[in-house]
Amino acid sequence: MFEYDPVMYSRILTYVTLGFHVIFATIGVGIPLMIAIAEWMGIKRNDPHYTLLARRWARGFVITVAVGVVTGTAIGLQLSLLWPNFMQAAGHTIGLPMFMEVFAFFFEAIFLGIYLYTWDRFKSKMKHFLLIIPVVIGATASAFFITSVNAFMNVPQGFDLVDGVLQDVNPLAAMFNPATPTKISHVIITCYLTSAFVLGAIAAFNILKGNKHVYHKKALHLTMVAGAIFAIGTAVIGDFSGKYLHEYQPEKLAAAEWHFETESEAPLILGGILTEDNEVKYALEIPYALSILAGGSPDTEVIGLNEYDPDLLPPLWVHYFFDLMVFIGMFLAAVSVLFVFMSWKKGWNPFNRPLAWMIVAGGPLAMLAIQSGWIFAEVGRQPWILNGVMLTEEGATTSPHVDLMLILFSILYAVLGITCVTVLRKMFKSNPVEHELEERGLSHKTAQ
Amino acid sequence: MTYEVIGITVLWFFLYGYLIVASVDFGAGFFSYYTKRTNKNHMIHKIIQRYLSPVWEVTNVFLVFFFIGIVGFFPSTAYYYGTALLIPGSVAIVLLALRGSYYAFATYGAEDSKFYSFLYGATGLLIPASLTTVLTISEGGYILNENGNVQLLYGELFGSLYSWGVVILAIVSVLFISASFLTYYASRAKDAKALELLRKYALTWAIPAIGMGIIVFFLLSQRNAEHFHNMLDIWWVFGLSFVSFAAATFLIWKRKNYGLAFVFVMIQYFTAFFGYGAAHLPYLLYPYLTIYDGFTNETMAISLIVAFIAGLLMLIPSLYLLMKLFLFDADYVEGKR
Ligand code: HDD
Ligand code: HEM
Ligand code: HEM
Repeated sequence: MFEYDPVMYSRILTYVTLGFHVIFATIGVGIPLMIAIAEWMGIKRNDPHYTLLARRWARGFVITVAVGVVTGTAIGLQLSLLWPNFMQAAGHTIGLPMFMEVFAFFFEAIFLGIYLYTWDRFKSKMKHFLLIIPVVIGATASAFFITSVNAFMNVPQGFDLVDGVLQDVNPLAAMFNPATPTKISHVIITCYLTSAFVLGAIAAFNILKGNKHVYHKKALHLTMVAGAIFAIGTAVIGDFSGKYLHEYQPEKLAAAEWHFETESEAPLILGGILTEDNEVKYALEIPYALSILAGGSPDTEVIGLNEYDPDLLPPLWVHYFFDLMVFIGMFLAAVSVLFVFMSWKKGWNPFNRPLAWMIVAGGPLAMLAIQSGWIFAEVGRQPWILNGVMLTEEGATTSPHVDLMLILFSILYAVLGITCVTVLRKMFKSNPVEHELEERGLSHKTAQ
Repeated sequence: MTYEVIGITVLWFFLYGYLIVASVDFGAGFFSYYTKRTNKNHMIHKIIQRYLSPVWEVTNVFLVFFFIGIVGFFPSTAYYYGTALLIPGSVAIVLLALRGSYYAFATYGAEDSKFYSFLYGATGLLIPASLTTVLTISEGGYILNENGNVQLLYGELFGSLYSWGVVILAIVSVLFISASFLTYYASRAKDAKALELLRKYALTWAIPAIGMGIIVFFLLSQRNAEHFHNMLDIWWVFGLSFVSFAAATFLIWKRKNYGLAFVFVMIQYFTAFFGYGAAHLPYLLYPYLTIYDGFTNETMAISLIVAFIAGLLMLIPSLYLLMKLFLFDADYVEGKR
């Protein structure tokens, strides 16, 4: 039916691996921070509920880290296997951040091992808390380094290309390119946001199931306060990302917004469909909003798609992924801010059922936003693998059998994903909070 | 020393590090499974768990270090090996993924299941077998490069005595290294039963390990004469390796100083591994790729080396802390904490 095309299969396989990895990577970056906050609160307020929270989160975290590590190993090797030409070129320029990323992992792995096995080993609780700090730093640093590689793919710089040969390489300039600041800060803060919401969703779900223990309320409050801060940060940095695109990758922004004519006072288009002759129908238009997103004022001129060679444009369906991400971002901000506001106002009940359900939905939605954001960012860069320097098809492998590998890895991830969920559920079911609270002599604090 | 040689030396160190720590891990998985089948698991289960639990993730990073590092220092390897190794590389990834995640599932998650421990044991032997293919291929004759199309010759690979010799060498070495380390660990834990069993395993695998080493050495002479002659030129390195092997086995047999015995095992493999590697130079992939034509630009080389030194300054104290808490802390090892 299809003609075998290693480029296409490599692209799909890359997406499958990265899409699966990024679920665990996001959690891997964000959860250590949440654990650190909970343990800190436990010490400062001398409240064992928070300490137990940190303990239980850490226990589940080990499982997701394991999957994060093995899928990360997979993508690390797969980049060489599927994109040998790209990696050959890229190795000359971005070998440095990739190399440093591994150091960050190393650092994180060592301290995570120590942290997990020393809960009751030190007399001072503070000492144990200090051990999570390197884990937080290591995880965030690895996101920092790997994302700088991805930033480079969007704005390659720090080298000269003379007759196909790389010259005058400057690794630091390659790493700190114009895409780096917005990209890295947006990725890191969304990792934190997503982790806060995933943990918050679990707490909210327990409350909805009728668990009245104050432990769950504390968990929900902690995650939603953190979530509100991160959600506002995400929206602010997302706005900066739009300004970055306007400046350096206007074609990506135009594709995301189905913006064909170069003009000022450009409207932001939400949803809708595109007809054969590029007319936008059934869409919600917010006047001036695109100009404001791009340049901060309605009279910013936004470059349209018609200015570009149609062969070098990304597919226009990225629009939907951009919209989905932004919509979820707004939703998460609204939900968490509402929760914080209601807990702050006397006499309002932040633990009401509708709000709790929305928080439960927030967990998976945040993950969906991560996926949509990456699809938008990566597909929006097409057809380039190194923007303006190397086409995706030039970077790909020529080997036969990539299709077989795609099947092999799809099975692998399905098996890993299913087992991971089963194991996590079993783990927390066989040792419910109530049981553990009692075991540790904390259950008398139930009513409050 | 040139940057090229520094680069490959750094990477070779990490591969050696992986060889040791991963062998301990792989072998432990196999012994754990094997003793379960023979109902002796209660004797060594604790020892293996206590050592492995805090360090398995660190083991994996050694490998990641190597393959990310080699693309940084020698970007052309991505092109040659990347294209040729799609299938064996993917198989190795799948095995590593199953092993790592199922280890975590079994240890931290649900109850012990037979299936998990089978996976853990089987992958312990299959992974070294599949990873060593890379070393085999580097000897030349298994890869064809025709007008820009790199191909792995599977018939040649599976039909060659040398490649099977290397696979067996890898497996028996894993078992030997692992057993001699665990013997030492059991002696620190003052666990007499485990010690007896593991000591027996170490002695069992000692002869096959050295025997296969010698056999592969001579098989190489047919595979890659140039490499073989380079190795003969530094015969004393391999002599040293043999002496260390003899010293290690003697100590274990005499039930003396298991710690020193393990140090000798490490020296045995260090000398053999670096001797093998040094004689292989300048080739990364015989005869297509040398360290000189596959090397990155000078600026990148310098920054990688600087990053490497800075990284080591950070890692060595952390590794020291890890070892102090879990390897050299008598109470922990003995299971009192
Ligand atoms: C929870 C996840 C999440 C949420 C709620 C948002 N984003 Fe996002 N966004 C990401 C997760 C993400 C991401 C997965 O992290 C991306 C993909 C690639 C990248 O750099 O970050 C991304 C990329 C990304 C880009 C492309 C950057 C580039 O290609 O270099 C823009 C312009 C925005 N985002 C803008 C926004 C705006 C205006 C949001 C409104 C609130 C928003 N994002 C919410
Ligand atoms: C080291 C940094 C990265 C490298 C070298 C890299 C490399 C690539 C390559 C080679 C492709 C194939 C081109 C294509 O099919 O469009 C690709 C696509 C993709 N990448 Fe990245 N990527 C990096 C970072 C990321 C990250 C961190 C993510 C998030 C998980 C990601 C998500 C994706 C997705 C979703 C695609 C699919 C695009 C498509 O379907 O066309 N990438 N990336
Ligand atoms: C922005 C997207 C990404 C983030 C935030 C991220 C983050 C992480 C984190 C936190 C881990 C540790 C596992 C855990 O704690 O769960 C991890 C593992 C790993 N990641 Fe990713 N990653 C991303 C994309 C990539 C890409 C594109 C590559 C390919 C070069 C990659 C390579 C690896 C490797 C090799 C590991 C395993 C390291 C080990 O053995 O410890 N990651 N990643």
